[in-house]
Amino acid sequence: MHMADALLSPAVATTMYAASTVAAGASIFKVNKEKESIKIPTMAVTAALVFAGQMINYTIPGTGSSGHICGGMLLTSLLGPQAGFLSMIVILAIQCLFFADGGLLALGANCWNMAFYGCFVGYYLIWKPIMKSKLNERLKLIIAPIVGCILTLQLGAFSVVLETSLSGITDLPFGTFVSIMQPIHLAIGLVEGLVTSAVLLFIKEARPELIKDLRPTEAWNCDAAKDAKSNGKLSFKATIAVLAAVAIVIGGGFSLLASSNPDGLEWSLFGNADSGYSQNMGLDEEDYGVKSTAADKAQSVQDKTSILPDYGFKDSDSFLGTSTSGIVGIGVVAAVIVVVSLIPKLVKKKEKDEQGDK
Amino acid sequence: MSKGTNKASNALNELRDMDELANGDSPIHRLHPLVKFLVTIAYIYFVVSFSKYDITGLFIMLIYPVLIFSIANIKVSTCFYKLRLVLPLVLMVGIFNPIFEGRAGVVSMITLMMKGTFSLMASFIMVATTPIDGLCAALRKIHVPSILVTLLLLTYRYIGVLVREVAIMTDAYKLRAPKQKGIAINAWGSFLGQLLLRSMDKASELYNSMQLRAFKGEFFYASQRGLNCLDVIYLVACIGGFVAARFINLTETLGGLFV
Repeated sequence: MHMADALLSPAVATTMYAASTVAAGASIFKVNKEKESIKIPTMAVTAALVFAGQMINYTIPGTGSSGHICGGMLLTSLLGPQAGFLSMIVILAIQCLFFADGGLLALGANCWNMAFYGCFVGYYLIWKPIMKSKLNERLKLIIAPIVGCILTLQLGAFSVVLETSLSGITDLPFGTFVSIMQPIHLAIGLVEGLVTSAVLLFIKEARPELIKDLRPTEAWNCDAAKDAKSNGKLSFKATIAVLAAVAIVIGGGFSLLASSNPDGLEWSLFGNADSGYSQNMGLDEEDYGVKSTAADKAQSVQDKTSILPDYGFKDSDSFLGTSTSGIVGIGVVAAVIVVVSLIPKLVKKKEKDEQGDK
Repeated sequence: MSKGTNKASNALNELRDMDELANGDSPIHRLHPLVKFLVTIAYIYFVVSFSKYDITGLFIMLIYPVLIFSIANIKVSTCFYKLRLVLPLVLMVGIFNPIFEGRAGVVSMITLMMKGTFSLMASFIMVATTPIDGLCAALRKIHVPSILVTLLLLTYRYIGVLVREVAIMTDAYKLRAPKQKGIAINAWGSFLGQLLLRSMDKASELYNSMQLRAFKGEFFYASQRGLNCLDVIYLVACIGGFVAARFINLTETLGGLFV
């Protein structure tokens, strides 16, 4: 589900960065407030463990194929939502930087799709209520990860479709894209949930105090019980910050949607031309407004700087949307690139020749 | 780079290769990490901002990564292995464009692939010429919170240790179950669970040892040099070049000289 840079327009990428930054800010605030900075080594080792755990293939019985975990829910169940979110950001950053899994510009979107839902939505909507219920402990550790993983992966997959569609990258209709992505991630979520559940059941037998919010039993020590009680509260400020993050995503998303439709004034002036209103108004969208060289130049700058790509190609009659000079230009640039890539060889050859002369 | 069947061993090899490349020496390696970071972000931003039909305008952006690869003395082909993760998803999204749009869709699919490849080349060359410590110090300079940067550095260090353990464990498991594709369902919990328990002990030992060395939540980086004249020229020239390439179709202009 790691999105590449190419799948996002700058507007959507920036919006997602802003949203993830707010969520990260709230998490840092919470972790610092609770003086959990001393837990940084634990967070780092757990993040490294989840990263390493992603390399393990699990055989899916009866299918002949195998799957692996992403780890968002596992991190949350061990570290809590805030520390889990920060650890997940770091994992995604390392995957993007060192393994090219996801892009640098798409990091904000990837954090949102894979870490925010897994950590915050998964924890507050699924994990915590189930852990508070009166179910059997084993049952809780089976239901919570499975439901959590399925739901959060569905949300993540939906966000990928939404972000890609808003970026104007694909011509695949939104509905078709959703119907492709959601079922795939249903299966992935189920496998991830089952593996997470199996790991947590194993941990419960050996070190139950490591699992967040698991109701302490007499066998546990009192400190663990105190910790379990004090953890898991979302402060007022953190709630506001998370709500703000959601607002940015929804607001950003809707404003982009809205920008592709004419606003009320525009619609009333030009949009209902078919109904003959424009005749009555005497207006034509192309010629409406100020016409001057400066205005044309400003328009051209505006076109270049507009964040969403333009779609001028469809109206173009030239071959592949470009002119002859464009095609020749590609050839010239390709030649320059070949020359540039030969520089190291030429330098090495020169060095060798010089050494040979000596 | 030798590629085995063990995913964890391959990941370790990839990490080691990147580390070795980053510790090389070239004019690009000597640039300030912050400048390389900013230029990379700007490059990717400009690349993805091109219209999906502007194939000629986008093409000239290829000069930057190829030039930097050349100056850094790193083969362009070293990053192609990493495309295996980027291109399938990009292709999955773009493959429908020709179906829905015909000829125009072919162009938009090609530009999408180009954008994916160019962005990957740019971020690869940044990481391949900048050691992680330098990158983290640069992130602190632009006020990325210390907890995130410290976490990044520590996790990076520990990934090596834990991925190696996973490589040993999966190899050992495979030798005992040669015809099996992965870990059987009866070992799903215990396999990663065992490692998790050992890691938690390791984390508490690490925490204790760091406390003994007076760790207060942040690392102290060796004093980084400031920006020099060359760094500023590089930054201005690169960003100026990107802006020019974005606003003027340089490919067509160049072609026009010959037509």
